Amino acid sequence: MTRQKKNSWAIFWAVLAMLYFFVPMLGTFIFSLRMKRGVLSLMAYQSVLADRHFLESFRYSATMGIITVTISVLLLLPTVYWIYIKAPWMRAAMDIITILPFVVPVIVLVFGLIRTFGRPPFQLTLTTFGTDILMTAGYVIITMPYMYRAIDVGMRSVDVRTLTEAAQSLGSNWLQVLTQVILPNLRIAVLSGALICFATVMGELILGDFLVRPALGSYMAGVGRSKAYEPAALAIISYGLTWLCLGLIQYFSRGRESGQLTGR
Amino acid sequence: MDKSLKRQPLKDPERWKNLIGLLPFFLFIAFFLVMPSITLFSGAFQDTNGHFTLSNFSFLHNTFALKSYLTSIWVSLITSVIGGAFGFFVAYATTSGRTPRWMSSILTTFSGLAANFGGVPLAFAFIATLGRTGFITALLKGICFNGADGAAICPFNPYDHGFNLYSVVGLILAYTYFQFPLMVLTITPALEGLKKEWVEASTNLGSSSAQYWRYVALPVLLPSLLGATILLFGNAFGAYATAQALTGGSIYLVTIMIGQQIRGDVLGNPNEGYALAFGMVVIMSLTIFLYVMLQRKTARWIKS
Repeated sequence: MTRQKKNSWAIFWAVLAMLYFFVPMLGTFIFSLRMKRGVLSLMAYQSVLADRHFLESFRYSATMGIITVTISVLLLLPTVYWIYIKAPWMRAAMDIITILPFVVPVIVLVFGLIRTFGRPPFQLTLTTFGTDILMTAGYVIITMPYMYRAIDVGMRSVDVRTLTEAAQSLGSNWLQVLTQVILPNLRIAVLSGALICFATVMGELILGDFLVRPALGSYMAGVGRSKAYEPAALAIISYGLTWLCLGLIQYFSRGRESGQLTGR
Repeated sequence: MDKSLKRQPLKDPERWKNLIGLLPFFLFIAFFLVMPSITLFSGAFQDTNGHFTLSNFSFLHNTFALKSYLTSIWVSLITSVIGGAFGFFVAYATTSGRTPRWMSSILTTFSGLAANFGGVPLAFAFIATLGRTGFITALLKGICFNGADGAAICPFNPYDHGFNLYSVVGLILAYTYFQFPLMVLTITPALEGLKKEWVEASTNLGSSSAQYWRYVALPVLLPSLLGATILLFGNAFGAYATAQALTGGSIYLVTIMIGQQIRGDVLGNPNEGYALAFGMVVIMSLTIFLYVMLQRKTARWIKS
């Protein structure tokens, strides 16, 4: 009897949660189909896809995403590896350091970046290349907690020390160990980190907006100010993109313990 | 291992040498995280001539700036409590096997998705659904009756009843969309750590379900519940994009204020802007510190 009651209680919350998930999505989708009066059409999507600025900003953000992922992996993979091999006593400290990007909100970070590198001696904001360096650095900082955690979790699940000793006794140098032994063993972890990094960069508004670069986020914000139906189509496209990235993570990490992906 | 190193002082230089490989990482952090922060922090304690001062924090007397802090804290508090409670119930419903399996797996998947879905697209989704011409608004508006005098009465238009998406209420609705899934993700491991034996033991000792919750489950869960709620608070406190896109910056959160300060010095004193940013970092540090502490407390019993 009480069991029955509790079941309906649980189902009530589950249904409420599903409504909260699906209603805005469904509402947005149907709204996005209504651009042409009286009929459902894909006109809003056509309008978005035909917009040169959309394609440009999409390409820009995707490029930035790939560059960010590359730099992030190049920076963090050797770092985490080094800690496991040479300085395991640093791990607790690293857990704290890599959480610091959460302590500095993105809007504060971009404020600091502009004020620090926008004036002499750096003056990086004077050229687009310099600004792009700042953008990338900002993205790497923002996504660091995710990437670090993904790599750390992956590294924990393989016996790095034994693998390294085995490879070294077979005559490989540290670069070979890292690229041919460690990385292949961590490919799932690195891929998960990379996808969450990429999804974050694609949806990010603040850096592109304040450093005045044509990122997808600022493009979307601009469309939101001037149009009615296109924003809904963009929301759906963006939803799909996030979905795709997370779906790929799930797909690749099937049957494995995956790192927790939270927050933004 | 630490102890053996300490007993041999000769090994200490070795220990520092072992940090060389971490140099690129620390340089990167120093350049792009620490230096920008120091710029802001030092600016917060200087006047325009570079002399030390505390006067920049007089923004706390400036009703405009103070109000932005209060609004931010209030919105974050409300959404972390609402999202936290909601997320907790959902997580409990899915972990305890009280909902059908397909429901649980849908909810888990969507929590991962929604917790990572925010920013501008989230604002768009809510505008398309609950905005003035949104899908749900239109549906509710369309429910009409013929009144006594033959005029149509449409009693369900939410905008006739004081609802407004482009307000704090709308902001809370939108934030909840990513807040409660984040709660589901953070609290689920703790809920899964509740051992079945504990329920059985307390039932055998004659306790009711309420007593089990009061004396066993809640005390055990308290650190993780608090920790997760604090994480939600920080998550909302630092958010900018959703508020900007939803309300066009008409609700003065601290993040919005800082954004306007970057664009055009709305406070009329750049150093006060630094102080505003400094205050945010202080609050966020406190938040994350508490979260980490509580998380450690939780980790102790989840592992065992």
